[in-house]
Amino acid sequence: MARSGPPLRLFQNWQAKLAATPMILTALVVFIGCSLWTVVYSFTNSRLLPRLEFVGLAQYERLWSTPRWQVSIENLAVYGVLSLILTLAIGFLLAVLLDQKIRFEDGFRTIILFPYALSFIVTGVVWQWILNPDFGLQHIVRGMGFSGFTFDPLNDPNLVILALLAAGIWQGAGLTTVILLAGLRGIDEDVWKAARVDGIPTWKTYIFIVLPMMKPVFATCVVLISAGIIKLYDLVVALTRGGPGIASEVPAKYVYDYMFGNQNLGQGFAASTMMLAAVLAIIIPFALFQLGRKRRV
Amino acid sequence: MQMTSMRRLMAGAALTVLPAGAMAADLEVTHWWTSGGEAAAVQELARIFTEQTEYTWVDGAIAGSGSTARPIMVSRIIGGDPMGATQFNHGRQAQELVEAGLMQDLTEVAEANGWAEFINPPSLLEACTLDGRIYCAPINIHSPQWMWTSHAAFEAAGVEPATNWEELKAAAPALREAGILPLAQGMQGWQTSLLLNAMVSGIGGADFYLQVYEAREEEALNSDTMRQIWEELAVARELSQGGNLSDWNMATNRLIEGTAAAQVMGDWAQGEFALAGQTAGTDYGCNIGLGGEPYIATGGDAIYFPVNSDAAVTEAQMALANVITGPEAQVAFNAAKGSLPIRGDIDLTEVNACTQQGLETLAAGNTIPSIDMLLSSDTRGQIEDLTAEFFGSSLSAEDAHNRYVQIVMSEM
Repeated sequence: MARSGPPLRLFQNWQAKLAATPMILTALVVFIGCSLWTVVYSFTNSRLLPRLEFVGLAQYERLWSTPRWQVSIENLAVYGVLSLILTLAIGFLLAVLLDQKIRFEDGFRTIILFPYALSFIVTGVVWQWILNPDFGLQHIVRGMGFSGFTFDPLNDPNLVILALLAAGIWQGAGLTTVILLAGLRGIDEDVWKAARVDGIPTWKTYIFIVLPMMKPVFATCVVLISAGIIKLYDLVVALTRGGPGIASEVPAKYVYDYMFGNQNLGQGFAASTMMLAAVLAIIIPFALFQLGRKRRV
Repeated sequence: MQMTSMRRLMAGAALTVLPAGAMAADLEVTHWWTSGGEAAAVQELARIFTEQTEYTWVDGAIAGSGSTARPIMVSRIIGGDPMGATQFNHGRQAQELVEAGLMQDLTEVAEANGWAEFINPPSLLEACTLDGRIYCAPINIHSPQWMWTSHAAFEAAGVEPATNWEELKAAAPALREAGILPLAQGMQGWQTSLLLNAMVSGIGGADFYLQVYEAREEEALNSDTMRQIWEELAVARELSQGGNLSDWNMATNRLIEGTAAAQVMGDWAQGEFALAGQTAGTDYGCNIGLGGEPYIATGGDAIYFPVNSDAAVTEAQMALANVITGPEAQVAFNAAKGSLPIRGDIDLTEVNACTQQGLETLAAGNTIPSIDMLLSSDTRGQIEDLTAEFFGSSLSAEDAHNRYVQIVMSEM
């Protein structure tokens, strides 16, 4: 990096800077500005309309003593961890299988990616039918002779999160597969040749050589999947509506219900601020890490 | 929402073509009356409005329940794009909008037409009043304190149809024996809290109900009666075990099929029985206050008129307020919807046995204010969450009761 540039660095490359102004303004006003507004109002007792009557941390105290919020956080954690691991694992496995120069690859790719073309609402309704005990999976298995078979996750508070997970992965794994497949295709053919010459088995090549080379692709997938996890809302609304009881509630639904249904903006803002904090807690270390790496290079 | 903006776009396009001023004001009315009987009722109202006035009714139905529609309505009013008139449940749902000066003052129309003389019970008008001014026109009365019973189900189990909660509990073993679900209970929060509140007035009585929800007395909340009500709710959880129901009409349908014996639900359930061709008294039974203390909460719907900058629209709003409370609209609308009229001076002939019971209760003055009138949406929502959690888990009645007391006491 040259430190002895012309004195007015601000005007260096000014056309590009001018072109970026709308984007910068949007980021400042819409993203940062509105987020700050929300954070400020989360310290007020706003009900249906925003009001600047500060009540300190009262909304947060109430939030963290609400069982429904605790259940929501727990659900999101379970769903998040399992969904991230399983989506990556299944996506990678499918990508590797597709990578075997099989016939009709285009066809398989389309089929695998197809669920992603459906909205979460449709996905939720489809899985509601699949998991309905009277004409879904349970009915089919019982029809095959296993009359004692019981599988009703939508009405079992302990299993309902698995139903969400199944539907979520079914919908999202296709995209991961396709992105990872593109990553696999980007690996230099010479790497494979070298591995073969050295007599390394294919599976070892995938895990110990190709996998580490695909870090950036995995990073993309992780970001996409994580964003999907944090905003998890519509699938829950379509599949379970948070039930049975409050067993499948998630934070985003809490925010929506309190802001609009229960007319308590302060409480909704406090909950959404906590969600923002969670996102920042993941993004900031990640960004610092990336920044640090760039500096070193 | 997309639908309405599309429609408005088309309306805008039409306005640029038509010479301005050539047509009388349009009045857009938003509501969530979208089920079969409800839609028929709205049509009646629209017909009478266009017949009696020179204005045009523009229908703004929003599909989904009130919880879907209300946020859309509120955001349109706050966002400076008010509709001509909109449905809310009377009570505190729109209170802040009124306080913020976003709703039209109807006091003059109300005084000119003598609303105070014919609106019965008077609490309906009180729910529309803030600081002595009237801000909404009540249109119907719905009460949630009903226990419906399926005669076919009780017959199959060989027991007499229950006429109160105790009889239902006594009949439960026989019903289970016959493979019949004793209590059809939807697991959504508003339904589980409906059951709780029906018990508060049905088991505790009207005074107790007011002590709990209006005065919010700690003594009443911690009383043995309240403790017993939570115990009864735990019994209800037992009785509804295995139902796996969520939507209320699915639960009502179990009664119609005869595979469930009873359901505690508002009088709107009657629409489902009627649609299935069942007759009150012979196919299904109805018990106000779960067959205990016969009080009904006079909740229901009211029409609010957001403040508008267009004088012509304001005139149309006043005209609609007048039509809604008029005898003709009251008869036609409520007959189609199955709700009770807000006027004490009209006669609904040939109503069925259950509606008759409701009217008699109303005439006897056995009414209590609805939960919407007494509690904020926030507190109501927390009670809904608590009862939903209670029904979906094995939370003990005692713990749930303690949390319930806290929630009600925290109401501002």
